Amino acid sequence: MAISSKTTWDLAPAPESSDHVDIKKTYGLFINGKFVPSVSGKTFTSINPANEQALSSVAEAGSEDVDKAVKAARNAYNKHWRKMPAAERAKYIFRIARVIQERAREFAVIESMDGGKPIRESRDVDVPLAANHFFYYAGWADKLSYAFPNRNPSPLGVAGQIIPWNFPLLMAAWKIAPALATGNTVVLKPAETTPLTALKLAEVIQEAGLPEGVVNIITGAGATGAALVNHPDINKIAFTGSTDVGKLIQRAVSGSDKKITLELGGKAANIIFEDAAIDQAVEGIINGIYFNQGHVCCAGSRLFVQESVYDEVLEKVKYRIESLIVGDPLDKNTDIGAINSKEQLQRVKHYLELGTKEGALLHQSSCKLPKKGYWCKPSLFENVSPSHAIAREEIFGPVLAVQTFRTVQEVITKANNTPYGLSAGVWTDKGAKIFNLSSRMRAGVVWANTFNQFDPVSPFGGYKESGYGREGGLHGLSSYLNLK
Amino acid sequence: MPAPSTTKPARPDFRFSPRVDQVGIEERAKRIQTRSIKNESKAQGLKMVLSMMDLTTLEGQDTPGKVRQLCHKALHVHDELPGLPTVAAVCVYPSMVAVARAALGESEINVASVATAFPSGQSALEIKLADTKMAVDAGADEIDMVISRGKMLSGEYDYVFDEIAAIKEVCGKARLKVILETGELDTYDTVRRASDIAMHAGADFIKTSTGKIQPAATLPVTLVMLQAIRDFHRATGRMVGMKPAGGISTSKLALHYLMLVKETLGEDWLDKHGFRFGASSLANDVLMQLMKQQTGFYQSADYFSIS
Repeated sequence: MAISSKTTWDLAPAPESSDHVDIKKTYGLFINGKFVPSVSGKTFTSINPANEQALSSVAEAGSEDVDKAVKAARNAYNKHWRKMPAAERAKYIFRIARVIQERAREFAVIESMDGGKPIRESRDVDVPLAANHFFYYAGWADKLSYAFPNRNPSPLGVAGQIIPWNFPLLMAAWKIAPALATGNTVVLKPAETTPLTALKLAEVIQEAGLPEGVVNIITGAGATGAALVNHPDINKIAFTGSTDVGKLIQRAVSGSDKKITLELGGKAANIIFEDAAIDQAVEGIINGIYFNQGHVCCAGSRLFVQESVYDEVLEKVKYRIESLIVGDPLDKNTDIGAINSKEQLQRVKHYLELGTKEGALLHQSSCKLPKKGYWCKPSLFENVSPSHAIAREEIFGPVLAVQTFRTVQEVITKANNTPYGLSAGVWTDKGAKIFNLSSRMRAGVVWANTFNQFDPVSPFGGYKESGYGREGGLHGLSSYLNLK
Repeated sequence: MPAPSTTKPARPDFRFSPRVDQVGIEERAKRIQTRSIKNESKAQGLKMVLSMMDLTTLEGQDTPGKVRQLCHKALHVHDELPGLPTVAAVCVYPSMVAVARAALGESEINVASVATAFPSGQSALEIKLADTKMAVDAGADEIDMVISRGKMLSGEYDYVFDEIAAIKEVCGKARLKVILETGELDTYDTVRRASDIAMHAGADFIKTSTGKIQPAATLPVTLVMLQAIRDFHRATGRMVGMKPAGGISTSKLALHYLMLVKETLGEDWLDKHGFRFGASSLANDVLMQLMKQQTGFYQSADYFSIS
């Protein structure tokens, strides 16, 4: 008999180079087309969550800085942007899209270094989608009267935008592109753990030659965000982030004439019927919860499996979890990167302990984790019931809560039994079942036989405590317009 | 080596074979192609590819001379590079089995023969049995049969099953590879169903294609078959091998096939008993890459002997 070639075959490291990336030691606030230090001189450090090394020192904006940024935006709105022919506005937005494409590699590497997400995702999802959002909304800029016939659309003025740390560049694109296309000017605040790609975007905006002050990017934590929300000369607040902060913002703007859209948390049901293509459903379960370490507001974090196929589905999910590569976000083979911050890791660990304490059965990948940095193994809980906290509260990490069901009516009731309503997934080979479920799910997006698909053309937003207002598509324009 | 199957389990109703979602399977196959296989893992993988290769000549113009040349290449894939594994088998028409057997002598390289009115399979069962018997008697270690695609598409699953089972019986000790000719089966659902039929009827390997029909092997179709193998193993405990054939001509693609096997079935399938490549032009591309790894330079095709 031949000498068997049977042996372990592991992947050699395949790191994406970061030599070509230029991260400055310090970044100022991007106000009125220039990088300036904060009035107070305060800074904070952005670190790489995969190795805890400092990447850059970033200015922290106080209320005076926020005021400067809003004034710059107001000035740019009155002097340039509202008066500019829409077709000209479109050219600037197209230019931003093209520069993002040209510098895609750089953006992808920085996104992975600053946020911990695998380069495969930042390269194939975040950055191309961000460019696509600018392309898509550039196309609408001079067609608004066709989008809203006989409604005489006009811009709101200055938009204050606050974005989360899970998709830093992409969320900036979701916010800035429709605002600019509709003729508004912008003050954007990225999250304090992931400010770098937004600041790189500021460089792109300089390169694209936008009039000074049309886009201002100010960095800082919650206090900076609060100063922006409370500024009297803001016409519109767009926020993506946690439900708790969303509620604070809503309270803060009540009684003012600020328009508001909120895209908040989620606890999506991902429903597997016995007649589904099981192997593809398993892939959808994995993609639904472990994409971006589960730091996804629309993550499929509540899995419902029909009892007749439960054993097969769970066995296959556990097997697939073993083949997920956890480690260096810059390695091209990494499937699961680092948890975004120490704080978030503590939150995830809290739920891992809580779930076990509540009596659910924890299963984790047998993978080894790097010593430095913030890491969590891909995890799932079995024996979960609807009353468990891990089935009700948003964990925002790679933790799946698995429940079972027997009938269609039962799973609809269970799936809708949540304060959230951002997304849902349905897996079945029967078209009629898809239509039935998708019309009865109280969720902004219902994916059928797929999960976590995004496109600038498609509106995105929530029911209930997942927020209101829609981003993306035609719907995404209307929240930045006065319509008569 | 696991023994060829001998038992005949009860026959399931193949109308209820699992369904395959086209979009999902193609996405998964595409994701495999983002795996970056470098340095040591590349070298190790390429040697595995060589050891799993069925060097093939299946032409109307084949002669004993051509087959002997192929066998010589199989025995000496690239003597300039020591330490290479031998290929798994040479694959020829039944009329060439004796020639190949003699040319390969005492080496451990198997002789595989296509049979059963290859490539169309449009003949009577008696002819197919005789065709198979002829190849086995001439010394074939492996038989690559084709299924009756017409019968498959018209829903005569029992016919397809019985035919495979009958051929399996004639094979004796020879291992049976069952070619589904996926390019003619139209949907992934049918590929899955045909895979289930073949395995339950006694196949030791299931194989995508004859190489005579386009499309031949693809990553998604191979993934469908690997998942069928996995479910069959889960249900019966028996390991069935997989052989994609036709259309795999570059090392990079071949390595992605291996990665697909690793992530779907695990490393137990990563040897010539679990996985084969049916290819004629892949070998020299693999050799070229291996030489590049050793010397740092790409040599021109003229430095690698043709078969």
